[in-house]
This record gives sequence, C-alpha cells and structure tokens, in this order.
Amino acid sequence: MIGFWTLFYKELLRFWKVAFQTVAAPVLTALLYLLIFGHVLDDHVQVHGVRYTSFLIPGLVMMQVLQNAFANSSSSLIQSKITGSIIFVLLPPIPYGAFFAAYVLASLARGLMVGVGVLAATAWVAEFSIVAPLWVLAFAVLGGAILGALGMLAGLWAEKFDQLAAFQNFLIMPLTMLSGVFYSIHSLPVVWQRVSHYNPVFYMIDGFRYGFFGVSDVAPEISLGVVFACFAAVSLLTLSLLKRGWKLRA
Amino acid sequence: MTAAVSIVDVVKNFGALQALAGVSLEIDEGEFFGLLGPNGAGKTTLISTLAGLLRADSGRLSVLGHDVVRDYRVARRLLGVVPQELVFDPFFSVRESLRIQSGYFGIRNNDAWIDEILENLDLTGKANVNMRRLSGGMKRRVLVAQALVHKPPVIVLDEPTAGVDVELRQGLWQFVRRLNGEGHTIILTTHYLEEAEALCGRIALMKQGRVIALDTTANLIAAHPGGTLEDVFVRTMRQ
Repeated sequence: MIGFWTLFYKELLRFWKVAFQTVAAPVLTALLYLLIFGHVLDDHVQVHGVRYTSFLIPGLVMMQVLQNAFANSSSSLIQSKITGSIIFVLLPPIPYGAFFAAYVLASLARGLMVGVGVLAATAWVAEFSIVAPLWVLAFAVLGGAILGALGMLAGLWAEKFDQLAAFQNFLIMPLTMLSGVFYSIHSLPVVWQRVSHYNPVFYMIDGFRYGFFGVSDVAPEISLGVVFACFAAVSLLTLSLLKRGWKLRA
Repeated sequence: MTAAVSIVDVVKNFGALQALAGVSLEIDEGEFFGLLGPNGAGKTTLISTLAGLLRADSGRLSVLGHDVVRDYRVARRLLGVVPQELVFDPFFSVRESLRIQSGYFGIRNNDAWIDEILENLDLTGKANVNMRRLSGGMKRRVLVAQALVHKPPVIVLDEPTAGVDVELRQGLWQFVRRLNGEGHTIILTTHYLEEAEALCGRIALMKQGRVIALDTTANLIAAHPGGTLEDVFVRTMRQ
C-alpha cells in the first residue's frame, strides 16, 4: 500500500507544483465562458425553468472536472514516457492495480479541485441551489474517474505530444462541448437529440445538473447506470492493458 | 548457494532484430561482475529484461532465486538499477525524488539512509535543489542514489560514469566498492575498460546478443600475455 500512496502523493504534488496552470487557469476559462454566454443569453433564454446563467454553471463545473481529470493522467504519463522518467515507477514492485488507482484518484482530485474552484468563482454571478448533493457527488466522482482512466489510456497509447493533442482535441473536446454543457438537448433537432444519447458525457452532465435543479433531460437513475457502465468498461480495458504492460514493458 | 542472478537461455527479438540470442549467465552473491561489449551487443537489453522493463521471448531470469516474471514483486525489491539514460523528474528536488523512490519500494521514513547516500555521493548540498538545476554529473549521481534507496542486495550499474568527471568517478567507485565489501552484488556495464579491469572479479563479453567470453578478469588477461583488458576486448571482438 505504501507504493500506491506514494505514487498518489507524487501525482498530487506534480500538479500542485504548477497549480497556476493546472487549477487556476481552468477556473478562469470557465469564468470567461460564463461571463460571455451569460451576458449574451441570460435575458433571453430559460432552460428547465431556470435562468440561462444558473443553468450554465453546473455544466461548466462538470466540463472542467472532466477535462482536467483527463489532462492530469494523460499529461503525466506522456511526459514521463517521453522524458524516460517512467522508469522510476516501472522498476519498483508496484502492482498494476495500484498504478491504475493512484493515477485515476490523483486525476479525480485535480478535477474536483478545479470543479470546486469554478463553483466558488461563479457562485456570485447567478443564484443556484443544490437540491440533491449526493447526485452531484456521484456524477462528479464517477465522471472524473472515467476521464482519469481515459487519460491513462491516451497517455499509454500516445508516443508523442502530437498524438495526445489529437486525442484531446478530436475526441475529448467534442464529446464534452457537445454534451449539453451549454444547452438542453431538447432544444436540438430530433436527429441530434438521438445522436446526443450516444455521447456518454451527456449523461454525466445531465445527471450532475439534476443534482442542482432536480430537473434533467434523462432520469438520473438511467444516467447513473450509463455512467457506471462506462466507468467499468474503461477501467477494465485500462487495467487489462496495464497488466500486459502495453506500451510500457515491451 | 543461490545465485544472485541467474539467466537461462534468454532470447529477445525486436521484430527481425535478435537482441538476445540465448544468453545464459550465473552471477554469484557478492561478486563484482562486468558485462562488457560494443554498442548494440545486448547489454542494456539484458539488464532491462532482468529489471522487468522488457519481457523475454523465452528463457528464465531470476534474482536471488525469485523469477522476474512470476515473482516480480520480490525480484524487483532485491534489485537496484542505475539506468544508462540521464532521466529525471523535473517537478521534484533531489530529496523529494529520493523520498518518493523509497515510497515506491514500500519504505517510509528513510531519511537516515537517504542522508547517508547523499553524503557518500557528495550530494548533501544539493538535497533541496530541483532536479532541473543540476549538472549532468549531478543528475547521474542522483540516479545512483535512487537505485540505492531500498538497499538492494543486487545493484546493476549501466554505464554509470558516462559523461561524469574524474572526481565523481573516484567517489562513486569508492562507494560502490564499499557496498560490494558489505556483501552487495554489483553488475557493471561500462565502456571504460580500465575501470572494469580494476573493479570486476569476473567479466562476460557480449557480442550480437551472445556471451562470447566469460571468465575471471585475471584469466581473461592471462590468456593474452602482456596485454590489458582492452587488448582482450579488441581481440575477442575481432574473432
């Protein structure tokens, strides 16, 4: 267990030492989104019976939780692979399960830290309440863990920064931006509503938002089921690749 | 007596390239063993396979009787490896790097031993300096320190003195000799043959993934009267 805790601590320390980049910057980005979209749309749009700015905040919080959880594990792995410092964790007897858990939990910690930061920074812009905190917590934790594990997959697969950027920009960004962060999918044409149901991030955002307003596009129980199934699938895949030493131990 | 390292008929291919073509070696506990050969001979591949960084296509490797695949957790705990590449984690200071490395091996509160290593490697003054700010030679010393944090009975030094100054070399060899004297098995690869001649009791010469000569340093040199290990190396590689 000491090996696991040390790797977890090292991953926490790694992002905390550059907290301006890893925590403060995403909070500022979310705040800018809120100020711009809120200023333009707040007087014209209501979603689920709440003002647009209030609707937007949970979406922005969850988007940053997800994107930063992904960024943490993926950037840590690719950096250590490219610089060669990955050898320091490959030489010791750290079991692959502990390796997985340490990276995913550290990613989740960064995601939640940024999420709390976004919530704190945006709370003064609009009124909102949290009607079901357990749903908020469940979706934040599971969503962050999924993206943390997905970040590990990307970090293991990528052999250069360019490949990781492609994964992030052509997969993770579209999935998060088109998941209902900025809108309810009921405002979309029917065909795009159907397409949205194939996006797992949609269920994470929708379920998370349910915890704030008690209203969602899909029943939160269904969303939780989908999100949990995704977590199980991504985790099992990552664990099986780590067990094989895929792209780590040739 | 259990061998410190046992390597039996190990084969490793990278596509069409055969990096290890059935290597067998046995290194006794307490030996100072030299693994020599030109670039591309398979020395680092063999060390990486022993350390679990690479997986052999066939054959068996064990450290103090513990198989490096089936019993990897014990085998890795018994092994300390100084890698050839000058790698470091740029986020941490020297002391943080050593504490973290201790933790990876399941050791907490290791500061007394860390301080001793730092002193022996003349790194005490750099303990709280970030790794990025160290010179190449200093970074090499930290790599040696990282390999020693868990007091491994078997220590592998893969070209540890490449690109470092004479003063460090002397300090390093003094420290490694002391560890060997205390019972640690040392496996050394180096291109500095005079160092191998002075330090190693037994030497294996490798070429194209095979061990082509294996004997005590004295016997290898005696077989080429009037020569040095360098003469032995050159003649053996030409054959």
